[in-house]
Amino acid sequence: MMTVDRTGTPLVEMRDMSIAFGGIRAVDNVSIDLFAGEVVGLLGHNGAGKSTLIKMLSGAYAPSHGEIFIEGQKAEIHNPRDARHYNIETIYQTLALADNLDAASNLFLGRELVTPLGFVDEAAMEAETRKIMGRLNPNFQKFKDPVSALSGGQRQSVAIARAVYFNAKILIMDEPTAALGPQETEMVAELVQELKNQGLGIFLIEHDIHNVMKLCDRAMVMKNGARVGTVDVDKVTDDDILGMIIMGKKPPSAY
Amino acid sequence: MSDTPRTSGGTTGQAGAPQRSLMQSLELDMRLLGMIGAFVLIALVFNFFTGGNFLSPRNIFNLTIQTVSVAIMATGMVFVIVTRNIDLSVGAVLAISSAMMAMMQARWMPGWGVELGSPVMAPVAMLTGLIIGTLIGAFNGYLIGYQKIPAFIVTLGGFLVWRYAGWYLTSGQTIAPLDGTFILFGGAEGTLGETLSWVVGGLAALAAIYGVWSARQNRLRHAFPVKPLWAEFALGGAAVATILGFIATLNAYDIPKGKLRRMFEARGEVVPDGFSQGHGLPISVLILIVVAISMTVVAQKTRLGKYIFATGGNPDAAELSGINTRLLTVKVFAIMGFLCGLSAIIAQARLQSHANDIGTLDELRVIAAAVIGGTALSGGAGTIYGAILGALIMQSLTSGMGMVGVDSPLQNIVVGSVLVFAVWIDIQYRKRTGVK
Repeated sequence: MMTVDRTGTPLVEMRDMSIAFGGIRAVDNVSIDLFAGEVVGLLGHNGAGKSTLIKMLSGAYAPSHGEIFIEGQKAEIHNPRDARHYNIETIYQTLALADNLDAASNLFLGRELVTPLGFVDEAAMEAETRKIMGRLNPNFQKFKDPVSALSGGQRQSVAIARAVYFNAKILIMDEPTAALGPQETEMVAELVQELKNQGLGIFLIEHDIHNVMKLCDRAMVMKNGARVGTVDVDKVTDDDILGMIIMGKKPPSAY
Repeated sequence: MSDTPRTSGGTTGQAGAPQRSLMQSLELDMRLLGMIGAFVLIALVFNFFTGGNFLSPRNIFNLTIQTVSVAIMATGMVFVIVTRNIDLSVGAVLAISSAMMAMMQARWMPGWGVELGSPVMAPVAMLTGLIIGTLIGAFNGYLIGYQKIPAFIVTLGGFLVWRYAGWYLTSGQTIAPLDGTFILFGGAEGTLGETLSWVVGGLAALAAIYGVWSARQNRLRHAFPVKPLWAEFALGGAAVATILGFIATLNAYDIPKGKLRRMFEARGEVVPDGFSQGHGLPISVLILIVVAISMTVVAQKTRLGKYIFATGGNPDAAELSGINTRLLTVKVFAIMGFLCGLSAIIAQARLQSHANDIGTLDELRVIAAAVIGGTALSGGAGTIYGAILGALIMQSLTSGMGMVGVDSPLQNIVVGSVLVFAVWIDIQYRKRTGVK
């Protein structure tokens, strides 16, 4: 695996992030950074706070405490639109697709292409969608159907296309392979590799240890809202990582 | 409308595109066809039992002007229901808008020295009604979107509040007479006449043809598959035939002799012997057509429309896509309120007075029209033309039964049953076709 240059300014730095929901500290003072061309895995049990941490970066939640820096500059992210402004794109676990709309409408949701008169340009959006789907998932043909009529893998590729299309610099993938078969999982793995080579920074929330070992450069483990530790994936075994997830035990190389 | 099956039936056997069925080639919405079918059936049955009176030009004219007020509000209700909300206050908002407009004409403006018949009277009164409706709608939307009070509660409250706020405004009195220009917007009193109606019909037909053509050009430009040419011609032809047939029918309903005489007397003339004049397109129907086209454009061609449907399909996804769903709720209810104000103009002008019970039960008629027209209460699905057809079907049932002599308790029973039955059919249809 290619080594990542971590000498410069990180692409993303989240410092001392905390958030509480009705007295429960879902994320408690967690810091994390991400460099260009790097894949950082976020691991932990359900409810460990991974998705919540990441939703503060994507603008879905407002942190109670903490600061976010994008390429060294303090970033103000109050809603999903702000996050998009910083070229942060998210593939949510739930996919966040409007089931009643077709692929093109979902891909461009919130960022529709318009004609000079200000009307939504359906044909141009469909053409762009055909282009990017041709690259991501050449078998995809259901451009006219609402996404509720698509298979799990097809829906996933629409969600991925939406994140990739708009020249993301920072990509957040929340369990992108959870609903997929082996072949589609392989497709996502290849895509992650390709995007990484293009210099994107990727946060990957993932339960499958095998995928973590294969795709990630570093992995951060969370437990009960707090950070257990961060490891360089090539310096540890899967058992070390499992130990961190299950017992909160840090291997020697962790920091 | 009867042209559609005949035109397409003749081409079924042609081997131009054997792999595509007739319906696929036409790319017609099955649900729309079902509704048109139901409407045609209702019309034919009533026509039979009334000995041809139901489909007489006179009755079609009356049916159309009776439908306008509910149909206009039903187009707004589509947006409301699509975003998973409901508006129970439309009849009440119509009532207070109407009360404001009546007070403007009969009390306030005369107090400012503007008398009935003054050219500023009607525009100012109408503007007042539209502004009041829009403001109340936006306020409802604010309570629902920003204060997170369920739409059902907010508008149930509004259902009681606004009608009786109107009652206090008018002290419960019926207010008449209204301004002459204002009354032109009610229907029979204000029509375009034969020539102008043909002009409007001709323009509408040209617009329909242009619509079909430009949609095809747009798809060709991006090298997308297009319908076979004969299908485009069949659809365009059916649209043109419907439009021109409708205009011809409205023109065929002559203005009654007595009214014609009064019209000529007002100009200091005498009606020539054997002179007759058709009504033509009522201004109120023209307004409905403009509303229908505008709302369809908003629904299909604007970001606002996209966001309305996306929010209805998945509110969380819409929010995560950067859509301000709270502001969207305000906009949707403001549109609804505006349309209530517009309907108030037409309803009041048609009745030529304001009474406190104006628009009573309209909320239920409007919701029923939208729902019969295929708007799903679960949100995310609905069409403007469906809602208008729904309103037309409801009005046809009511007035058809009235003509046949069904007494009014039974009328209500039938309309209520039809509502439930229509939704059941729709659910079955969705289940079969796998459409959510």
